[in-house]
Amino acid sequence: MTDAAPAPFRNEKALKRLKKRRAADTRFRFYGMSAIAFALAALSLLIVSILSQAISAATYHVVRYDVVLDPAVIAPAGKDKPADVARNIDGFYNLLRSNLLQTFPDVQGNRLETRELGDLLTRLAVLPVAKSVAANPTQIGQEMTIKVPLNDDLDLYLKGAVSPEARLKLGTVEQGTETAPGRVTLSGPNAFKGLQSLISAQRAEVGDAVDARSILVTSGPATGRVVSMSANSLEMDLLTGSAADYQGARPLARVIALPEAQRNVSDDQIAWTLALKDMGRISRVPHFSLLTHTDSTYPELAGALAAIVGSLLTMLVTAFIAIPVGIFASVYLEEFAPRNRLTEIIEVNINNLAAVPSIVFGLLGAAVFLGFFGLPRSAPLVGGLVLALLTLPTIIIASRAALKSVPPSIRAAALGVGASKMQSVFHHVLPVAGPGIFTGAILGMARALGETAPLLLIGMVAFVADVPGGPTDESTALPVLVYSWATHAERAWEPMTAAVIVILLMFLITMNGIVVFLRRRFERRW
Amino acid sequence: METTITESRETLTAGTSMDETQGLTYPRIECKNINVSYGDKQAIFDISLPIPDRSVTALIGPSGCGKSTFLRCLNRMNDTIESCKVTGEIIMDGENINDPDIDPVLLRSRVGMVFQKPNPFPKSIFDNIAYGPRIHGLAETREDLDEMVEKSLRRAGLWEEVKDRLSSPGNSLSGGQQQRLCIARAIAVRPEVILMDEPCSALDPVATARIEELIDELRKRYCIVIVTHSMQQAARVSQRTAFFHLGELVEMGETDQIFTNPRERRTEDYITGRFG
Repeated sequence: MTDAAPAPFRNEKALKRLKKRRAADTRFRFYGMSAIAFALAALSLLIVSILSQAISAATYHVVRYDVVLDPAVIAPAGKDKPADVARNIDGFYNLLRSNLLQTFPDVQGNRLETRELGDLLTRLAVLPVAKSVAANPTQIGQEMTIKVPLNDDLDLYLKGAVSPEARLKLGTVEQGTETAPGRVTLSGPNAFKGLQSLISAQRAEVGDAVDARSILVTSGPATGRVVSMSANSLEMDLLTGSAADYQGARPLARVIALPEAQRNVSDDQIAWTLALKDMGRISRVPHFSLLTHTDSTYPELAGALAAIVGSLLTMLVTAFIAIPVGIFASVYLEEFAPRNRLTEIIEVNINNLAAVPSIVFGLLGAAVFLGFFGLPRSAPLVGGLVLALLTLPTIIIASRAALKSVPPSIRAAALGVGASKMQSVFHHVLPVAGPGIFTGAILGMARALGETAPLLLIGMVAFVADVPGGPTDESTALPVLVYSWATHAERAWEPMTAAVIVILLMFLITMNGIVVFLRRRFERRW
Repeated sequence: METTITESRETLTAGTSMDETQGLTYPRIECKNINVSYGDKQAIFDISLPIPDRSVTALIGPSGCGKSTFLRCLNRMNDTIESCKVTGEIIMDGENINDPDIDPVLLRSRVGMVFQKPNPFPKSIFDNIAYGPRIHGLAETREDLDEMVEKSLRRAGLWEEVKDRLSSPGNSLSGGQQQRLCIARAIAVRPEVILMDEPCSALDPVATARIEELIDELRKRYCIVIVTHSMQQAARVSQRTAFFHLGELVEMGETDQIFTNPRERRTEDYITGRFG
């Protein structure tokens, strides 16, 4: 036994082993850290991409109209009761449209241009104005300033989302002369050299496709589309304004990458919008109507109010059913139920239910609640019931885990002083498990808030123009609104969808905040 | 017998001490042919044991010998274990408390229990003591309750240490204090019997000494049954000792006799440290 010399601390073998172990340690730490870094990067990418899209929907452009509320137009004889005025959308629309036509008299006689100019204003956008005038009829006949959202495509153009666009300040124009009706020639020494080189640079990049690009030259309220140019002179079609507006000015040239035929907005519309902006009639304001309006087919008028209220009503129904049922079921299973084959089967099935795809619950809801019980379609009541079924397993599992974590010594202590089983559960076990149970409940609710699939199947995807007043009214929900807006073709819906996603995330963050608060506030140690 | 018990209960609640020399010898609890099994496994074999009033009975024996299981029969805590089956008679006040007609909740209010690990409720010191009286409706007014809490804490020798912080949580006390709090909590429901399941095994020697003093003090009023692993402790605090081995009661008698002159070979081997 004494033959074996004690191993020295520093021999070659030991050092080698130590090195290997340290390398393994470092490797493992590196794997962990890169996993976390990857997760964080994915999360921040998601948030940044949604926020950057949504931020453009946080504001929108409104056009100011200074009009006289002509009773002959908005409240003609026989239709002058407040209710009639509120419904007279055509009257208000015509009133504002004729104001636009007066602002741009050149379009008169050209039917296409007249229609395009009218498109700056969405017909339904006057509805709130009509309602507010109807509520206050003394305004009829008075002068009034009305602000109405700009058409969504032009709003997007102003936000720079329609097409990439190169801008260039030109040299001083010495003379602008109208050579033919609508045709203007600008001249100035070397005034257009910069523009020329910009175009040739673009030609080098994309070839002759550059000829299809519109070059708009703007000075004050006037905008023209370039026809031809040399270093010293430029010929263009005047879209709006007059040749005099260019005299002595340094106009701004815009080269719009997307050809006019591929855009939803014409060069004329852009010219008018720029003119309105120059007149100070267009302003960018916070997009509160996103929270105060209901759904609409026009993105500039649409809002998420109906979906927010619908989601809240649905969550209310879910909470009222899933939380008490879930808590009582878990208390019974954990504290009172005998351990036998039956409860084992129930346990296994609850765990299985938690893994059932949510759309299956939607099918069940459609078959049972709509088909068998005949409850109304698209109602938050049915949505809430389905989501309650969906969240029940989650809540039961979380509550049971919370109850299980209560040390048995507390139960024994309560029984030891002569408390009944009920008293020991309700006086001691539940208060200790409370924060854990509520965490589970709220996380379950948060999951339900984000569910789309089951709601689609029970018809909550319907277009809802009114705020639901109760749990049996037609309604939709936030995630479903995201789904239906995302399926719209128009570009303007993209930022709107992102904005609704942000609203939904706010709700979720609030709920998770409540969870954190509850944990901090009520968590007890023993 | 019934009248004697009632009398003693009344005198107890009145808070007057009784003459120590009287009433010591009649058995407070008489256990006859107790068998306990967990499922198929029998843990206790046919144990009969009288437990005298106003004295401390110590149950000793190696781990797994069934002494805790036996103790838990006395307030039917074994009911909470589903697979556990108890047969035999446990006579208290002329009633077999093992009878299914006996309400275990009422029984546990008369037979208090102190556990191995201090287990105060996660509530204030006051609420820890007041909980029992509250659920049993022992106090009619707030003053009654205050008085009861004070008396229980005084009897448990904890009053002077905690009187200024009754509203602080029970878990904020030290281990020994927590165990005395648990004893006070047991006393507060006015039990006649107190069961202690290795009450000092989680405590340091100083705290253990205090608890032992307290047990010695409490035996003037209560019938105490204590399970302990420490033979010195059994020798110090108990008047009678029962030695358990492999689920059987090997020997019982006066503590002095058990420790100095055991009748059974196994007892002698155990107390001299030859096994266990």
